[in-house]
Amino acid sequence: MRCLVTGGNVKVLGKAVHSLSRIGDELYLEPMEEGLSLRTVNSSRSAYACFLFAPLFFQQYQAATPGQDPLHCKILMKSFLSVFRSLAMLEKTVETCCISLSGRSSRLVVQLHCRYGVRKTHNLAFQDCESLQAVFDPASCPYKLCAPARVLGEAVLPFPLALAEVTLGVGAGRRVILRSYQEDEADSSLKAMVTEMSLGEDDFQQLRVREGVAVTFCLKEFRVSLPPRHVPRRPGGPTPGLTALPLSPSQGLLSFAESANLSLSVHFDTPGRPAIFTVEDSTLDGHFVLATLSEPDPHSLGLGSLEPRRPEPRLQAHSTPHQDDFASDDMDSYMIAMETSGGSEAPWARPSGSPSPGPQPPCSPAPPSEDEDEDEAEPTTVPGTPPPKKFRSLFFGSVLTPMRSPQGPSSVLAEDSDGEG
Amino acid sequence: MPLLTQRIQDESVQYSLVASLDNVRNLSTILKAIHFREHATCFATKNGIRVTVENAKCVQANAFIQAGIFQEFIVQEESITFRINLTVLLDCLSIFGSSPTPGTLTALRMCYQGYGHPLMLFLEEGGVVTVCKINTQEPEDTLDFDFCSTNVINKIILQSEGLREAFSELDMTSEVLQITMSPDKPYFRLSTFGNAGSSHLDYPKDSDLMETFLCNQTQVNRYKISLLKPSTKALVLSCKVSIRTDNRGFLSLQYMIKNEDGQICFVEYYCCPDEEVCESEY
Repeated sequence: MRCLVTGGNVKVLGKAVHSLSRIGDELYLEPMEEGLSLRTVNSSRSAYACFLFAPLFFQQYQAATPGQDPLHCKILMKSFLSVFRSLAMLEKTVETCCISLSGRSSRLVVQLHCRYGVRKTHNLAFQDCESLQAVFDPASCPYKLCAPARVLGEAVLPFPLALAEVTLGVGAGRRVILRSYQEDEADSSLKAMVTEMSLGEDDFQQLRVREGVAVTFCLKEFRVSLPPRHVPRRPGGPTPGLTALPLSPSQGLLSFAESANLSLSVHFDTPGRPAIFTVEDSTLDGHFVLATLSEPDPHSLGLGSLEPRRPEPRLQAHSTPHQDDFASDDMDSYMIAMETSGGSEAPWARPSGSPSPGPQPPCSPAPPSEDEDEDEAEPTTVPGTPPPKKFRSLFFGSVLTPMRSPQGPSSVLAEDSDGEG
Repeated sequence: MPLLTQRIQDESVQYSLVASLDNVRNLSTILKAIHFREHATCFATKNGIRVTVENAKCVQANAFIQAGIFQEFIVQEESITFRINLTVLLDCLSIFGSSPTPGTLTALRMCYQGYGHPLMLFLEEGGVVTVCKINTQEPEDTLDFDFCSTNVINKIILQSEGLREAFSELDMTSEVLQITMSPDKPYFRLSTFGNAGSSHLDYPKDSDLMETFLCNQTQVNRYKISLLKPSTKALVLSCKVSIRTDNRGFLSLQYMIKNEDGQICFVEYYCCPDEEVCESEY
């Protein structure tokens, strides 16, 4: 593989790498005939990001040495990011960037030709790997909104940096509303502030939605480097969910789109199905796929005219205890079962009174095609971190029950429940 | 500075060293460029002051402030040497704040009575006077790197602008910084070998940044990156840097720094090599 980026595109590439670095720790480089694909996924498999740079993006592009199969490799995000660390410097001094990959040397070579004849060469170690695929299809999402990135960037600004989740929905008069998500209403008296931002229909280039739809996704990066937030379980109350996390995966894409002056499209569906954020122009496209909460937010948008899509009494959802009918609470064995069964629906049944009646389809229709998942660290068993129970994993269609029985602590949480009631 | 001179005249003491500056930053900025250890040795003669900081018996930084920089500079003895806490000295010199407020200057009068006495600093800004007394210590011998021009094999003078970003972005996961100087390609190369892999920064001999390129022999030397990283401060302040290696692989970095009044001061770093290498590693 050999590709040469020149001029302003060097900074665009750098910005894309910065956006990807907000999501995952490993970067998958896949040179294809249709372009160079850079992909990453977060450790809990609830966020996936991918940029595809068409051959036209490059001054020269060769996916593979003739006669050889294209190489896929994965590289530590930190390593690749170090090449593009200072965007200001990239813009000021770098004239061209050449990325080449040769199986022989087992090094990814990135060469930057800078002002004054200076040349920087980075020889980065990489690992061969299988292709990283997330199965999603923006076309299958019934709802779509599209706006200049600047508009969405400004809309997200008022939200506190520490905010974990945000609900995006459509309210009366087809106004698009962003609202900070409260995951535990028993705590809501302690929370000082709820932020809500609403945008009129005219701000959007495209708005294919229905009033009343809403999805909640994580506004923040899914890193497990922070200690978990321990919230004591209350009888009849919902399970504590995600930990508070810094930075923002969707903001990473937002700032990329803003700097490239592109429009951002958000494709979404029912709560629980992934939300897909896309940007594109003539030479590149980017997709960020984020998992969404699997039950609708009972405080969703606080709109009088909100029509529940399903007839269930939403407000009861939190107070009804649910049986955990999972075949096994062990995430690992479930994932393995999913893969071997070809991704068919999970063998569990939801009791009545649940937010979604009937069998819930897995949010991801097809099994993952990456082979190394069994070797990778289990996304939800990082020691000390409670798994993201409410967010469905994008790839395995595993639907972890959002509500847990207050009597039975999940074995996955066992290490946290030692000292707690 | 009528306020400060009045105070001095009232006391009937003989100072071994008296140095006055209208703008204390002409001294404090240079000292910050070598502030990578707590303590420094000050050495004063009628030609000026030299402040030396050392680390690990491998690296030495010297800041030279010539007599001409000062508005008043009196040294009564042949030479004066003392050891002092550089952190404290810099805190005192910056006592009125370190960021320059346009239009205001802080004046300095530095007085030293001699062996065993503290260093006295009188700082004045806008009519407010601060007096600092810093205890001095027994001077320790400073390393003599025995670096003389006759043994210099390779010499390069570069505009600092070209090296600044390179130094601030050095891969600190690498233990060493490898410097290659050669009459042939790659001419001048800085290399690191970190967790991500290796990085090489090449400067061609005909680059616009290159003011002087006098390389006679290919030399590849490695220096502990942790010892050289502090020199970034001096690099950032400087407009030019000279890089020289001698027959032992010892490195001399000399930085030409222009102060706020356009006067030239020098900071130099000496570093001994980590080990001898015959060929670079890729």
